[in-house]
Amino acid sequence: MSSKLNALTSDSYTEISQYRDQHFKGNRYEQEKLLKHSNTLYVGNLSFYTTEEQVHELFAKCGDVKRIIIGLDKIKKTACGFCFVEYYTRGDAENAMRFVNGTRLDDRIIRTDWDAGFKEGRQYGRGKSGGQVRDEYRQDYDPARGGYGKLAQQHRSTEARNSF
Amino acid sequence: MSRRRHSDENDGGQAHKRRRTSEPIEIEDRLESLICRVGEKSTSSLESNLEGLAGVLEADLPNYKNKILRILCSVARLLPEKLTVYTTLVGLLNARNYNFGGEFVEAMIRQLKETLKNNLYNEAVYLVRFLSDLVNCHVIAAPSMVAMFENFVSVTQEEDVPQVRSDWFVYVVLSCLPWVGKELYEKKDVEMDRLLSQIEGYLKRRVKTHVPMLQVWTAEKPHPQEEYLDCLWAQVQKLKKDRWQERHILRPYIAFDSVLCEALQHNLPPFTPPGHMPDAQYPMPRVIFRMFDYTDAPEGPVMPGSHSVERYVIEENLQCIIKTHWKERKTCAAQLLSYPGKNKIPLNYHIVEVIFGELFQLPLPPHIDVMYTTLLIELCKLQPGSLPQVLAQATEMLYMRLDTMNTTCIDRFINWFSHHLSNFQFRWSWDDWSDCLTQDLEMPKPKFVKEVLEKSMRLSYHQRIVDIVPATFSALIPAEPLFSYKYEDESSASLPGYPVSITVGNAIKNRASNEEILAILKEVPNPNQEDDDDEGESFNPLKIDVFLQTLLHLAAKSFSHSFSALGKFHEILKTLTDSDDGKLHILKVVYEVWRNHPQMIAVLVDKMIRTQIVDCAAVANWLFSQDMAHEFTRLFIWEILHSTIRKMNKHVQKIQKELEEAKDKLEKQQHKRRDSGDDEDMEKNSEDEEGQLEEQIERLQEKVESAQSEQKNLFLVIFQRFIMLLTEHLVRCETGSVDITTPWYKNCIERLQQVFLMHHGTIQQYMGTLENLLFTAELDHHILAVYQQFCALQL
Repeated sequence: MSSKLNALTSDSYTEISQYRDQHFKGNRYEQEKLLKHSNTLYVGNLSFYTTEEQVHELFAKCGDVKRIIIGLDKIKKTACGFCFVEYYTRGDAENAMRFVNGTRLDDRIIRTDWDAGFKEGRQYGRGKSGGQVRDEYRQDYDPARGGYGKLAQQHRSTEARNSF
Repeated sequence: MSRRRHSDENDGGQAHKRRRTSEPIEIEDRLESLICRVGEKSTSSLESNLEGLAGVLEADLPNYKNKILRILCSVARLLPEKLTVYTTLVGLLNARNYNFGGEFVEAMIRQLKETLKNNLYNEAVYLVRFLSDLVNCHVIAAPSMVAMFENFVSVTQEEDVPQVRSDWFVYVVLSCLPWVGKELYEKKDVEMDRLLSQIEGYLKRRVKTHVPMLQVWTAEKPHPQEEYLDCLWAQVQKLKKDRWQERHILRPYIAFDSVLCEALQHNLPPFTPPGHMPDAQYPMPRVIFRMFDYTDAPEGPVMPGSHSVERYVIEENLQCIIKTHWKERKTCAAQLLSYPGKNKIPLNYHIVEVIFGELFQLPLPPHIDVMYTTLLIELCKLQPGSLPQVLAQATEMLYMRLDTMNTTCIDRFINWFSHHLSNFQFRWSWDDWSDCLTQDLEMPKPKFVKEVLEKSMRLSYHQRIVDIVPATFSALIPAEPLFSYKYEDESSASLPGYPVSITVGNAIKNRASNEEILAILKEVPNPNQEDDDDEGESFNPLKIDVFLQTLLHLAAKSFSHSFSALGKFHEILKTLTDSDDGKLHILKVVYEVWRNHPQMIAVLVDKMIRTQIVDCAAVANWLFSQDMAHEFTRLFIWEILHSTIRKMNKHVQKIQKELEEAKDKLEKQQHKRRDSGDDEDMEKNSEDEEGQLEEQIERLQEKVESAQSEQKNLFLVIFQRFIMLLTEHLVRCETGSVDITTPWYKNCIERLQQVFLMHHGTIQQYMGTLENLLFTAELDHHILAVYQQFCALQL
């Protein structure tokens, strides 16, 4: 009789992004399939001091949270600014993509993205220094994420040594 | 590879959407796009766009007629906020092609029948409204529209039907009148007068027991919370008095009058309203939410009065916009702010009022609560110079009226406000609210501030809250969410459980086995028994206390640590909580150790239910127990209760789904066997499989029955406890000649209402039992009234 209009069923906040995990065991097609059915979200741009409790309080507004895995520095084993949030249903995760992504947690705008599913080992940062890759190369000063990026920190200390 | 996308400044995928709709591949997609987008911001006028589009569609009719019919029917149903744009379009097409106009009307009638059959009553309203506006576009003859209205109103003469059924048919007719009242009165004033008089008679004899349950405020001032039909009737009356002069609705068809009045009109076929079916789900009654009036917007355009039809149209349209775009907050905010005719109304006030109206709607908001928070933030971003001020004004007004606000709505206000503040560095003029400091902490205002600060702390941390409020507010600051360990140090050495707490703590740290730990726990004396001659199997509260306190203390660092502890020692915990007493006691201990961290209590209780260490009824009994009486009015108690009920409901639904799936599988298998022919081997295998499935179905059937029994029992426990507590209070007040309406009473009776409202779908199944066992005529009328109001909702 009447149809669902494509122009009206847009739900762009829940679409999968361009990001693909390079360490994913499987091909692109398999990864995309998992992303499209996943109940798990990657959450980025967290402060190093953001706790599991804070993440839970915010994300529980979209539905019952199954588990939260705080991302850790591979060497120091301390929080390094990301986490995974897994819901019991995809619908709840979709609401988080629509209504939590791009809002603030601990005064920072956080980003959520679909994740293919937590596997042991994925809770660690993949940067050379142990934290996230993005913290290796960034030039800005972010007190909630260890100050300057790791590379910039090295340059600074090199400069300091040279000028001494 | 970094997660950075090029649309990094955006917070959503809007960029994807833009790319997609600017490159449609097929002509059908193009047609859909053209039709959906007409009326949006454009360099040309709306009239020239409509004229152009009508030409394009007319040319495409030979090849794409059915597609165009389908698209137009869809926009009629799904884009009610653009009603008059599309009726004008149909009018232009009808003027150019009479047959097409006729086919469209027929298609709409078919669609109307479908939507009514499928309980899509809200969409059906939009369809009827569309048809009625087609009278203004000379597509449908006025007398045939009046005839349809007459058929609708005749439903009020039906006997033995739910009131919500006749309500709906009356509502549909009234809701069309802002658009078409003038035209219908010009052509058929005698019939219309008769119609309105019939409606008036019906409205007078309607039962309105349900209204108190749906009101956001109990007070009549400053804005009465009117029942929706009463309000709409008053608005139509006023419109009639103004001789149907309505100036708000955008009517593009007026510009095309010379073309349209040349068109031939169609008669609506006689439409008999479908009869009442027992499984029909008519819309629930509503109360109209108002928080602003013309005195509130300080400058600029005046807000239309509460009984003006403009107010109705604006609210309808804004609600429709939210309904269409709620999933995409940027688009939603932009669409709300570009409401046509916005320069003549204080749009920001209307938007804020409509959003809070939905957020506070009883029984439930149309969309998930968090959507409204994020939408308001988005609106603040788009109108940073004006909207935040309106929002602050609204917050202030809501605070001022907390004394008469429904408890459920206060809950939502707390959650919204704390979440909103967390996005704006918790900036607020707390000193403006220092009046609450002189009140008893159980009064609504200080209670509200206390709960807001508690929720705000959950989104930040304790010191932050201390820093953001003035020192005078210290009594309202939540406690630091720290563990309270009974066996902390040598000062607790005299406690009976102390020695074992040390031993078991060390055992856990040294990764002792479950057997070893159970052996240690056997040494705990049982305060309930003289001689502990059995294996230590019977309920020993001290054993539970020592083990759980020590375990949770070791795992106190985070949620994950605590969950891991519960998981590792699941066996021991199940042994300890084998009895109902055990289950109750474990909850007591969890509360005792984490009483300053309600969030932790909630997640632990959730985990314990899911891992079957406790059951739902135990949680309900615990929440209503004397031990928890002093916390009874705190928000976290009710969050735990409702979460528990929801888990129970989801559990039942899950097993029911498994049963349905097994039944489907069996049916498929039986079909296969019938079609498989005479192959003996296949027959045998098929029979085996069927046998297995039948066994599975039997097992699942038992599981469903058992789950439903547990669910029914849960509600019985909860309602029973409510009745006991409330009756006790009422009797005490009566004997002491004291006013019953204490803050505690208001909270408790509204919590009872809340249980009915939040779980109405599930409770419906058990109405018979509830009425026979609990809500009998002997009950105090205050309590019975809640039940009667619930029944009156005819859900």
